[in-house]
Amino acid sequence: MPRATARISLGAEAWRRFRRHRLALAGALILALVMLAVALGPLVWPVPINDIDFAAKLQSASWHHPFGTDDLGQDLLARMLYGGRISIAVGLAAMLIAVVVGTIVGAVSGMSRGAVDAALMWLTDLFLSLPQLPLLLLIIYLFRDALKALVGTEAGMFILIVAVIGGFRWMPVARLVRAQFLSLREKEFVEAARALGATPLRQVVRHILPNSLGPVIVAGTIDVAAAIIAESTLSFLGLGFPPDIPTWGRLLYDAKDYLDIAPHWALFPGAAIFLTVLSINYIGDGLRDALDPRKVM
Amino acid sequence: MGRYVLRRLLIAIPSLIGISMVLFAVLAFAPGDPFEELATNPNVPAEVRANLRTQFGLDDPVAVRYVRWFTSMMAGDWGFSFVSRVDVDQLILQRLPVTLVVIGLSQVLALLIALPIGVYAATRPYSLFDQIANTFAFIGFSLPTFFTGILFILVFSIHLDWLPFVFRSDIAETGWRWWWEEGKQSLMPIAVLGLFQGASWTRFIRSAVLDVIRLDYVTTARSKGLDESAVIVKHVVRNALTPVVTLVALQLPAIFGGAIVTEQIFRVPGIGSLLISSILANDTPVIMAVTFVFSCLVILFNLLADLLYGWLDPRVSYR
Repeated sequence: MPRATARISLGAEAWRRFRRHRLALAGALILALVMLAVALGPLVWPVPINDIDFAAKLQSASWHHPFGTDDLGQDLLARMLYGGRISIAVGLAAMLIAVVVGTIVGAVSGMSRGAVDAALMWLTDLFLSLPQLPLLLLIIYLFRDALKALVGTEAGMFILIVAVIGGFRWMPVARLVRAQFLSLREKEFVEAARALGATPLRQVVRHILPNSLGPVIVAGTIDVAAAIIAESTLSFLGLGFPPDIPTWGRLLYDAKDYLDIAPHWALFPGAAIFLTVLSINYIGDGLRDALDPRKVM
Repeated sequence: MGRYVLRRLLIAIPSLIGISMVLFAVLAFAPGDPFEELATNPNVPAEVRANLRTQFGLDDPVAVRYVRWFTSMMAGDWGFSFVSRVDVDQLILQRLPVTLVVIGLSQVLALLIALPIGVYAATRPYSLFDQIANTFAFIGFSLPTFFTGILFILVFSIHLDWLPFVFRSDIAETGWRWWWEEGKQSLMPIAVLGLFQGASWTRFIRSAVLDVIRLDYVTTARSKGLDESAVIVKHVVRNALTPVVTLVALQLPAIFGGAIVTEQIFRVPGIGSLLISSILANDTPVIMAVTFVFSCLVILFNLLADLLYGWLDPRVSYR
């Protein structure tokens, strides 16, 4: 095979492959728009989220209230922009926890043979067969008051929800990382590093881990979507954030008793969750193609 | 096969114990005290509270309390609901059948959707049908169950007024009228769960069939002159289903999660809505028992998946 004339960096190559997946590109665009909206939206649309106006209650979309109002006459666009920040922040933070914990468990398990590996994999399998939603609800029920007293309602709920969702989603990452480590540690380039006297830590950090990141990035992307759904589910069941923190799931929970007279109230936040999750899932699909260098496109 | 079943049963026991340990640890390390109400009640003297604590063994070491809790759960003594003043096992037994019927029928629906679509899409990869099926699958599992439920209520109950959106457990009709009413009110919960599952299964089945369909033995079957439908059904699908069974087993906890949400939306009187209402009412014995039942169900269905796997792929059970 002739030498390539111009060297293409890994990142540029991945981007070239990602661009060919049109739906993934569209997903990235939509997600960027949503994130921009929740980041800058409250500056552009400076309506207070808790401005009660009974004269304007349960109005559907109009110029004055583009997304309508709720039963207290609060502006839904402002509430969704603010709540979207929390929803997306929960998704990102929970993904980070899941990826970090999963990578550490998978790396330790993949590098150490024998009892440690077996114990960690047993733990992973055990966590995989836990009934997650009932346990999430149980933990939140038992711990929410203590954490609220410790760091305040908003921060307490955020920490609790992020920790619990992240704590129940690390297992797929751990399995992926372990499988990658098991095959990579026997490869020639790692053997070469070992022969040159690289410590196990250096082998892992410098040689094995960077090469096993592809599937982890894909799993992490999908995890953001799963965490957003998990948070919305908790809030939808009335066991997530309190009503003064209008995450998208919480808005749906409040809206579900007014479906017959104010369907817009449920449709807008529901559509926001759906669009965000769909975009992230498509991005994950595109990354799966883009980050697998063996795949011929 | 007999030894395989026995081995699977023996493997299920440690995972049941492991899950029960996690459950109990969560309860044991949680802040708060089941006798908190008594502590704030000025009519109850402190020594009565201390006596109650020793009587219920709350001051014993965690390990002792765990063993006592686990043995009594296994013996069927699940305690007493604080709120409804009934034995917990009675309460759960009343509601378990509804949950199992809704989950079971929704899985059947999911299979009826996913199997034909997934197989057909895989036999014509990248065709128009495949692309449409793929798009719908992506939409299907990106739509959270709570939002699909709300959309269904909006369209079928409020807009079209075809189906009731509150589940009634006291339908007075008899005979076929009863079945009709029951079917009408169960349709939406089952559809919400089934469509969600069906969407992700379609993708599993498609990729599993794609992996198998290029193998040499399939070419052999074709060149023997077998009918294409026989090749697909008897040779391809059967072998493609083995990895699908594993993936489905891994998804079980998510299925139960979806069932809780669906029961809550449509007010189906199953154990999922029992869990939510007892959390809102601080009814700890019921919460613990329902979570335990969900754990047992996950393990039971994992066991069934293992047995199915052994049946689909006999090599597994002879190892």
